[in-house]
Amino acid sequence: MKINFLLTVVLFLVFQSAGAQVYYTKNGNVTFFSKSPLQDIEAENNQVISVMNIQTGELQFSLLNNAFHFPKAKMEEDFNENYMESNKYPRSGFKGMVTDINAVDFTKDGTYPVAVKGDLTIHGVTKTITAKGAIIVSKGTISAVSSFTVFVKDYGIKIPNIVSNNIAERIKISVNCSYQEK
Amino acid sequence: MRKKHLLTVIAVTTFYCNTFAQDSSNILNELIHESDTNKVNYAESTFKYTRVVDGHSVVNLPAHVLDVRISHRFDPINSGLYNFFGLDAAVMRLGFDYGITSNIMIGAGHSVYQKTYDAFLKMKLLAQSTGRVEMPVTVSFVPTVAVNTLKQFDGGKTQFNDRLSYVFQLLVARKFSENFSLQFMPTFIHADNISFLHADQNIAAIGIAATHRISKRMNINGEYYYRLNDRGSAAHNVLSFGIDLGTGGHVFQLHFTNSIGMTEKSFIGETMNRWQDGDVLFGFNISRVFQLNKKRD
Repeated sequence: MKINFLLTVVLFLVFQSAGAQVYYTKNGNVTFFSKSPLQDIEAENNQVISVMNIQTGELQFSLLNNAFHFPKAKMEEDFNENYMESNKYPRSGFKGMVTDINAVDFTKDGTYPVAVKGDLTIHGVTKTITAKGAIIVSKGTISAVSSFTVFVKDYGIKIPNIVSNNIAERIKISVNCSYQEK
Repeated sequence: MRKKHLLTVIAVTTFYCNTFAQDSSNILNELIHESDTNKVNYAESTFKYTRVVDGHSVVNLPAHVLDVRISHRFDPINSGLYNFFGLDAAVMRLGFDYGITSNIMIGAGHSVYQKTYDAFLKMKLLAQSTGRVEMPVTVSFVPTVAVNTLKQFDGGKTQFNDRLSYVFQLLVARKFSENFSLQFMPTFIHADNISFLHADQNIAAIGIAATHRISKRMNINGEYYYRLNDRGSAAHNVLSFGIDLGTGGHVFQLHFTNSIGMTEKSFIGETMNRWQDGDVLFGFNISRVFQLNKKRD
């Protein structure tokens, strides 16, 4: 009888910890910002998929390039057809780690600064990047924010000279995701 | 009995561990799969622009976008050096198109040819797609009305109604690959009663158009309309070839055609020149789009 009770407790604990270690979202938010002498361009994607394992620190993102929305229709068309080639490379993604996940106390509310490292894939080109960010624990919900800069030429995206004053070489990317338990 | 119970507990424990210890990659792939199967992928850019050469393609302007279009047709190239191979003389059309929604656009214009005012509506009825909704073709309906305002020699005996032409077109297009699309255009024309370039006032025609993408910013197009009746008139079928060039801001469409008119009634029903006679002329469309208010989805 004693053993049975013990096993039940073990089962309960395993269930609890294993069940709550992976968090995900289907409507994360990623924006990017291009600042250039002639115009500022901002685009937003609200259908970002992300998965975070709060025990191991594994962190992944995936988004559809054609789900970015721009203030002007022409920008959206150019972005998908001329720069991202969204038919050829429909998704961009990130696969990496929150390197200091142990510093986050998921039982206690707070904003925990973290560092992220991993492979960012855009336009079919994968580069290792590092970024600073924060994990926010508030009343049992977990969200993550980060912003970092990428150079378009690192990802094989060519900007013709004729529009080089309209599109920046470095793009600021901001991420804001609020996760739910899997 | 006790042992059996224990085994059950262990089995259940193992089951739970397996279910919940999935790694994040599997979960991510599941979510991606779910998002992909729920999505409708519409065929984008079946043609590069809203016009093939003279006539409409199934492409609509995005919502709230104004397109200012200036089109020129020069004289036939075979008019020789004295006429600078046709470039010394030109007719033009100035037009304004506007996207009300991404599926409905309107436009109006004025042509030098027959001093014509024209207006059209283009409505997308079906959109080619894959994914959750499978649709093999895009279908649009385009009614056009035009008024010939040339002064008559017989001193204004014509009624306004005699000057009106109506054209109804159905555009059926399919994008076969990233680089190739084909379009059929069943067309009915009720032409004005004052132009003597057509014999029948009601003309039926079937058009075919194709586009081939040769680079990110360049397409080559062909367009042909075959008239099913009105064979007794002096008019010929229109055949045109063109190149689309996108430059980031402006769009240039450069073409060779045997038609001077740029409204449907004129180029389908009243084309006088023939390719076989060398009466081919050079022309271009310039288009510039303006976003009139912020796009909201």
